[in-house]
Amino acid sequence: MSEYNGEIKKMLIILSKATLENVYAAFVLANGARMEGIEAEIFFTFFGLEAIHSKKLEHLHVATVGNPAMHMPTMLGGLPGMEALATSMMKKEMEKIDMPDIHEFLDIMVASGVKLWACRLAMDMFHYKKEDMYEGLSDVITVGDFYKQGSVLGTHMLFI
Amino acid sequence: MEKEIAGKKINVNEEGYLLDFNQWDESIGEAIAKENNVEMTPRHWEVVKFLQGEHKNNVPLSIRKIGKSNVIDIKEFYALFPQGPLKISTKIAGIPKPASCL
Repeated sequence: MSEYNGEIKKMLIILSKATLENVYAAFVLANGARMEGIEAEIFFTFFGLEAIHSKKLEHLHVATVGNPAMHMPTMLGGLPGMEALATSMMKKEMEKIDMPDIHEFLDIMVASGVKLWACRLAMDMFHYKKEDMYEGLSDVITVGDFYKQGSVLGTHMLFI
Repeated sequence: MEKEIAGKKINVNEEGYLLDFNQWDESIGEAIAKENNVEMTPRHWEVVKFLQGEHKNNVPLSIRKIGKSNVIDIKEFYALFPQGPLKISTKIAGIPKPASCL
C-alpha cells in the first residue's frame, strides 16, 4: 500500500491572464510552494504569456474595468490613464511589503527551482518565438507535456 | 511543549521551533538538522549563524532579503536546505519560523 498521506508534493499552476493581480497571485503561490519544499511549475498560456514576454513583462497593469473590488465605477475605470494610475499605486504598496517586481520575481523563482513553461499553441497564436521570452523559461511545451509533469502522487493543479 | 533534543529537555512549539533561544547550542542545531534530513557542513553553519545574527538584530527574514545578503544566493540556499530553506534553516538555528510568504 502507498504511504501517501494527502500531502501536497507538487503544484502545477496554469496562468492564463496577465493582469498584475493574477500574475502576482500565481508567482506568490509558486514561490510559496517552493519555500515549503513543494515542487512548483507554471504553465503560461494565452495572455499569461505576457508575464514572460521580455518586452511586455515590465508593463503589466492592474485591471480597473470589470473588477468590483477596485471600488471604482466601471465607467471611470475605463478612462484614459486610470489603469496606469491604479497600477502605480499598487506597485507602491507592493514595494512597501518587499514584493519584487515581475522580472526579479521570475529570477527568484528560477533560482528556487520553479519550472516555467510556455504553451506552444498560444505561442503560435501570438506569433511569439522562444527568443522573445524571458531567458529563464524552461521550454515551450504542449498541454500533453504539461500534464505529464503532473504524474506524481500529490500533484495539485490550479488555473488562474 | 517540551521535547528531548540531543539529550536535553527543550521548549518547542507544535512545529518544533525553539521557544527560547537561550536553550540553543550547536548540538541542538545538529540534532534538528538530522531530524530534517540535513547533513550539516561548515557552509550550513555559516548560513545558520548569519540567520541568528539577523534575528538578533530584528531583521525580518525573507527569501528575497537573504538572496540579496551577499552571504548566500537563493539557488545555494535551496541546495543546502532542499525541503524548504527558510523553514528548515530557522528551525536548526533555534529562531522563530518567519511569517513571510516571500
